[in-house]
Parts: sequence; C-alpha cells; structure tokens
Amino acid sequence: MAEEEDDIILSELDDEELVAQMMDDLYDGLAEEIEEATNILLERGWEPYQILTEALVAGMTIVGHDFRDGILFVPEVLLAANAMKAGMSILKPLLAETGAPTIGRMVVGTVKGDIHDIGKNLVSMMMEGAGFEVVDLGINCEAEKYLNALEAENADILGMSALLTTTMPYMKVVIDEMVAKGMRDDYIILVGGAPLNEEFGKAIGADAYCRDAAVAVETAKAFMARKHNQASAG
Amino acid sequence: MSQDALSTLLDTREWLLADGATGTTLFNMGLTSGDAPEMWNVDHPDRVRALYQGPVDAGSDLFLTNTFGGNASRLKLHEAQNRVGELNRVAAELGREVADKAGRPVIVAGSMGPTGEIMEPMGPLSFDGAVEMFHEQADALKAGGVDVLWVETISSPDEYKAAARAAELSGMPWCGTMSFDTAGRTMMGLTSADMVKLVDGLPNPPIAFGANCGVGASDLLRTVLGFAQTGTERTLIAKGNAGIPKYVEGHIHYDGTPELMADYAVMARDCGARIIGGCCGTTPEHLRHMREALETRPKGPAPTLEAIAEALGGFSSASDGTDDKGPARRERRGRRRG
Repeated sequence: MAEEEDDIILSELDDEELVAQMMDDLYDGLAEEIEEATNILLERGWEPYQILTEALVAGMTIVGHDFRDGILFVPEVLLAANAMKAGMSILKPLLAETGAPTIGRMVVGTVKGDIHDIGKNLVSMMMEGAGFEVVDLGINCEAEKYLNALEAENADILGMSALLTTTMPYMKVVIDEMVAKGMRDDYIILVGGAPLNEEFGKAIGADAYCRDAAVAVETAKAFMARKHNQASAG
Repeated sequence: MSQDALSTLLDTREWLLADGATGTTLFNMGLTSGDAPEMWNVDHPDRVRALYQGPVDAGSDLFLTNTFGGNASRLKLHEAQNRVGELNRVAAELGREVADKAGRPVIVAGSMGPTGEIMEPMGPLSFDGAVEMFHEQADALKAGGVDVLWVETISSPDEYKAAARAAELSGMPWCGTMSFDTAGRTMMGLTSADMVKLVDGLPNPPIAFGANCGVGASDLLRTVLGFAQTGTERTLIAKGNAGIPKYVEGHIHYDGTPELMADYAVMARDCGARIIGGCCGTTPEHLRHMREALETRPKGPAPTLEAIAEALGGFSSASDGTDDKGPARRERRGRRRG
C-alpha cells in the first residue's frame, strides 16, 4: 500500500488535479491531506473564498449527496466534516481579513422539553462542513433563547430539532413568538427530527422540513441563494 | 448453572409476545416532556407499575423496565448521573413485583438504551467508557432482579459490542436489538446482514437479537427478513413501531391500528422472529390484538417484500443495502490512496 501512497505528491498535481484529489480526500475523511492541499492552493495564489467554494464546499456537496442517497452513512460523513474543518481552520482567519461573503449563519438547537441531540449535532457538523457558521444552543431550548441568539448572532437561519412527538409542537410556539415580535420574515426557519414530516413543517409555518442533515444543507443553500438574489434585486 | 428464565420459556414456546411502547405510554400518563422517565421509578412507582401491568394484562410474555435512558451519559442531562444504581435497581424491583404476581411466567427485561454519544474515532466516547457506563447500569438491573438485560435502539456496532461486554462483566444473559432507520440500515450504516456478522463475532452472543423502533412496521420486517436470509439460527426479535407518527390538528398519533399491528405480528413470525412486540405508539390494545392473531392464525411461509408492503404499507427506501441493488459508491476522480 505504501507504494500507492508514494504515488500521490499533492504539490506535483496541477490545480485541476489537486482539486479533484481534495474532493476524494474529503470523501475519505483525510484531514491532514486537506490541510496540506489547502496550503498549496494558498501558496499558488488562490483566494481563500475560491478554495472554500470550489474545493471544500464542492467536495462536501458530493459527500452530502451520497449521504442523502444512502451511499455514505454517519461515520463517513463525520470524518469528512472533520477533514473539511481542518481546511476551514486555515481559511477562516483569511476569509475574515479579505471580507469575503459568508455562506450563511445558523442558530440551531433542540426544542424545549427535548433532550435528544444526535440529529441536531449532525446537522451542525454538516452545516459547518458546507461552510456555514453554526451557533449551537444545545438541548431543551426555550423560545426566548432562540430569539435572543438569532439577534445577537445576526443569523440568517434558525434550525429547530425534536425527536419526540410530544415536543415537536413547541416549534410552533417559537415561530408564533417570532411572528408576534415581527421578526419571522427576517429568518429562514428549517425544522427536522425523526417524527416530523413536510406536512408538519408547513402546518407550523416553517420554511422547510428537512428529512436529514444532507437535506438541511441543500435546503439552507437554496434559501440563502434566494435571499442573496432578493438582496441584489432589491 | 441453571438456565436463564428467557431461554427456558423459549424452549417451551414457539413465539413470545414482548411489550409495546414505554416512552409514548408514559407521556400519556402525564410525563412532562424534558423530564427523565427514569425519575418516575422513584417518584411515581404506582405509575411505573401501571406501565408494566398494561402489557402483562394484554398477554405479553416479556416486558422491558423503565430504564431506557438509565445510563450515566443520559442521566447527566438531568444531573442525575450519580443515581444510575438507584433508578435502575428500583425499576427492576417494580418489574419483578408485577411479573411475579402475573400467575404465569413473565420475563422482566432490563432495558438499556444508547448512551447518545458518538464513539471514537468519530466522536468523544471511548469503548472502555461505554463499557463502564453499561456495566454500571447492568449491575443495578441485576441487583433489582431482572431476568435478562435488553439492549435496544443501538445504531453503532461498537456500542453494541460495549453493551455485550458489560453483560459479560455483570454475568447476565442478554438480548440486543438495533434501530434500522436510515434507508434500511442503522444510522451508522449497518445492514441487517452486517448485524448478523456482528452478533456471530461476539464472545458472549445474546440469547436473541433483532430490530426495534426504526421507521415503520414494513421496514422492520424487511430487516427481519434480512436477518433470516443469512441463515442464522439464533432467535430473532421484532419490535416495530405502530406505524408512523402523524400530526393531526395539533395532536400526534401513530397511524398503525391494532388490526395492522396484528397483521404485523403474524408476518413477523412468518419472517422468522420468535420474540415479537411493538415499540413507539404500541398500546396494550395493540398487544391484545397481536396476541390473539398469533394464537389464532397459523404460521405461514415467509412473506415477500411485496406482500409486506401490500399489508403494512410501503418501504422508506427502495433497497436496504443487502441486495446489491442500492445506490453505488461514486467513482473516484483522482488516484486512490493506499
């Protein structure tokens, strides 16, 4: 196996090959290789934002699709997200310096009365993997906590999770509170959790129900694109 | 060493009826969302007795203790991580009390749910850490007098192994089911065939293994068929949800009727399961219908997937990963690493 490993010297690949290799390495969850390749692209003069979108986010999109399609499962996705984060930690300070646009910022938490967090944690990790900034409020979140965080963090997206049929109706309480405060339309609201479905998402006034973490990422991207378009049109 | 009570009962019976839902039943009894159900073992023993009595009166041969979230990791969310011993022991004692008054053999199975943590290398929980938590819980359930440990709703193979090791350390017989809720696999990607291999590889295999919870009754039976198709001769467990939760006018209800669960029970037996019960949404009313169906309808050949879908509803995914018809891994564009 060592022979094959010797075959690939990242710095000898041209840009196109290197990006393709990064996508494979993300897919395989190889954090060190992603770090190395990120540094190589920076040395070659790539803009941090270009590396983020064309290599890392593009690579994680493939991972997300294969997760959605039942080809990859949670362990692989977590390893891929870890690799993505390794590259992201290099880019993050540079992105801040260059004033590059953020992909989006999400506040996420499991609703009041509910202590289940695996699904929510997965969404957090995959959103981060896709380049979003995520503020995780943890479990058992009251409406006030969500609302305060949305404002304090200048967030674009609210994500709410529930695993229990007894706690999912609390999502509506949060949304109603946002409506009452006149802030509902300032945010994209995504909801998820095992007992939910699309019908429920519509019934409580969320923007979308997301079946799993991969769908959450896709949906968040689609809504953010719409938001940016509206902003530039307005 | 004398044989454990569950194996003895299995020797004399073709099938056993397990219980139904714990969590959803407790909520109907007034448990408030966000509270740990395990606290009721001490705070409301009368309600926990009533929880156990429901399946016993409906004809169940086995019921689970109210200890699903009774490990230190889960109880920590309620700052009760130092009460693992007490809460599990009391739950088991209450179960023993109800079972011993039943007037027929009823097995008390000590429920052990997942830690809720992701295991190394993806997450923070070490194998030894998981063993330690399960062992603490297993010892307490044993002290309270359960007949068998009942590990359930597991998705990670390492966590399943850790629970097996804990049972070994406690010197207890055990059963273990996993939840196949992601395109016919567990959340961690395990197929039904993978689980058979996992169980076969254990130094102390369970008395019975199988599937619980997951998506709906149809998916669960596809998983049981998957177990059986490997040719395993171990005893199989089917504990499926009573349909799928629906949100109707502000209320949640599971769409599986008692009649549907009766069909499910008979089909589960035809698929090869010998311990058959329900999970979320399954009430004593469902269990009564299941018992009657198992007693009055003859055992038949294993149903086809089409017959399952016809009787119980469609599957959540086209493939469950055991038929090579599922989606394939993508081709690599770059060269493969060693």
